[in-house]
Amino acid sequence: MADATPPRTSPAGMDSLIRLARAQPLGGTTGLALLLVALVALNAVLLPGRFATFGTLQSMMFQLPELGILALAMVIPLISGGLNLAIIATANQCALAMAWILKALAPAGASGSTVALAIAAALLAGLLLSLLIGLLTGFLVANMGVHPILVTLGTMSVVNGVSIYLTRGTVIAGLPEPFLVIGNGVVAGVPIPFLILLAAAGATAFVLNRTPFGLAVFMIGSNLEAARYAGIDTKRVLVGVYTMSSLLCFLAACVMLSRFNSASAGYAESYLLITILAAVLGGVDPFGGFGRIAGLMLALAVLQVISSGFNLMGLSQHLTLAIWGLTLIAVMGVKAAAAPLARRLLPDRTPKGAKP
Amino acid sequence: MPEMPRLGTEGWLFVVILLLGAVWSLLTPWFLTLPNAVDILETWSVTTILALGVFVVLVAGGIDISFAATASVAQYAAAWAAQNAGWPPALAIPLGLVVGVALGCLNAALIHYLNITSIIVTIATQSLYFALLMWWTGGKLIPVLPDWWSDRIVFFQTEAADGSLVRITLPIVVAATAVLVTWTLMTRLSAGRQLYCMGGNPEAARRLGIDIARMHFLAYGFLGLMAGLAGLVQAHRVGQSVPNAMVGQELNVVAAAVLGGASLNGGIGTVRGVLLGLLLLAILQNGLNLLGWSSYFFPIVIGLVILVSTSITGLAGRPGRRRARAGEVVHG
Repeated sequence: MADATPPRTSPAGMDSLIRLARAQPLGGTTGLALLLVALVALNAVLLPGRFATFGTLQSMMFQLPELGILALAMVIPLISGGLNLAIIATANQCALAMAWILKALAPAGASGSTVALAIAAALLAGLLLSLLIGLLTGFLVANMGVHPILVTLGTMSVVNGVSIYLTRGTVIAGLPEPFLVIGNGVVAGVPIPFLILLAAAGATAFVLNRTPFGLAVFMIGSNLEAARYAGIDTKRVLVGVYTMSSLLCFLAACVMLSRFNSASAGYAESYLLITILAAVLGGVDPFGGFGRIAGLMLALAVLQVISSGFNLMGLSQHLTLAIWGLTLIAVMGVKAAAAPLARRLLPDRTPKGAKP
Repeated sequence: MPEMPRLGTEGWLFVVILLLGAVWSLLTPWFLTLPNAVDILETWSVTTILALGVFVVLVAGGIDISFAATASVAQYAAAWAAQNAGWPPALAIPLGLVVGVALGCLNAALIHYLNITSIIVTIATQSLYFALLMWWTGGKLIPVLPDWWSDRIVFFQTEAADGSLVRITLPIVVAATAVLVTWTLMTRLSAGRQLYCMGGNPEAARRLGIDIARMHFLAYGFLGLMAGLAGLVQAHRVGQSVPNAMVGQELNVVAAAVLGGASLNGGIGTVRGVLLGLLLLAILQNGLNLLGWSSYFFPIVIGLVILVSTSITGLAGRPGRRRARAGEVVHG
């Protein structure tokens, strides 16, 4: 990997930052794991008999997946050096389409086979819709030579606008009972949405770390031009990146639709920036090229533990958001402060060829 | 600083605006009238003030997501002081502006001293500022403002041909002043040149002896000032202070600035371009309104305009896509 990563063209400062992220013992997932343990311990002490219970764990496993799957959808484009601002809009539109089909094909009192057929049709339609949005976004990002922030801002606006226009901002609610199992069912005590999150995270990690496509995503994130000169079909990879992101949005849509028993163009809007927050907290480089799914999962767990703890203490939801913001600043600050120290204490592990 | 092919973006924008204006004026006679033009100016005054601040940060090579939260905090602080604590305008207005500048400077300090990328810092502080405001206020609005704040102030008024009133009101004058100040800063002062230089190549700027810390505080502090100003003007227009009235529009304001040719990579952009970008969005919305199209339709059009216009400039210009992606200087 070190040989395949060309020296970056970014200012010298970035290189030292990357060097430091690699050399630093507490910078990666270890530091986050310690933070997570400390937070769990703190909550367990502050909330005796209430936090460290199976019920709390289970409710956290119910709450985490929506944000978690959406964060996965954000991380893949982030690693490729872009980002996808349309994830929430995509997920909501898929959920709306599925809800509409379910309501139309399986009205209340429909027979079991009709409902099964309707669910299959809805899932297929949602999948195709997300595929369409993803391919379109990927095509625009790959071919327009404009920063993905702009392209996806445009697609977000269009997708969201279409959803609002068609629904007039209303909520589609009341889905057939069997569909609700996706979001509310439990297998051996573990919520099904959590299992979906684990599967999605495992699949994403596998694709990113074990396939040529994944390697290409990292290389594009490090340096697009260099990746192109290395013979990678960067356009195809970028289309793949945004398609994968969009497919994960479909998965998030399934979980959200089933958990809320309704769909709307306005759900989960506040999650957009939080997915980026979680990704960066998990050690993903916002300029691309670096990031691990394990780090993201740890970061999500940290955010969830803070949120659940605050909730149990009866503190405001707004305060949770504030503390999330502070946590990100604090973690980045500690990394920055530890940088000179780590450089002095540890031998230089910069790959040869990457000039400091 | 090398001259970038500016004609590209701004020329295209100008052509599109002219075409659109022609189409609108053919479809609806009201479009090309003085009262309508003044109405557009007043409606877009707050967005214009914000976009100018964002433009300065973009030129400096950064990005800011937190300005709408900053504007809300500044607005609420001033409204609380004025309405609940009875402060006079001479104290309440500066309070709003000072809060704006302070929050902007906090962003700058985090970006500069902790070496965190601006987009990350401002996403974090956006959450922080807004969440603390909502927590502190409990989401409750201040329904009435003192008369000196909410009363309409008309600088000039005349009657149009059809007898309707044309009023140049305070928001228009404030926005025009903001344009003038920003233009002066960016083109007539050495600090402005230094901002362009830093945005173009932070390392080169540092080696030239430009005080990077000062530039960071200038850019983000200026945006904070503009955010505070926009918050005050927005409250003046609606006559009350709602904690979450301004949050959620961040990306649209950034889009307006970028539409006008300000580069997300820093170092490129003009006040004229930003104004053209705003004008395009403004007359688009105005025309759709006049034609009686559903307001639900507007986001779709905005999205399509962003996609089409960025595609045109992207395909026409083809600048190095990822040139200097790291906007900030990191002291090694």
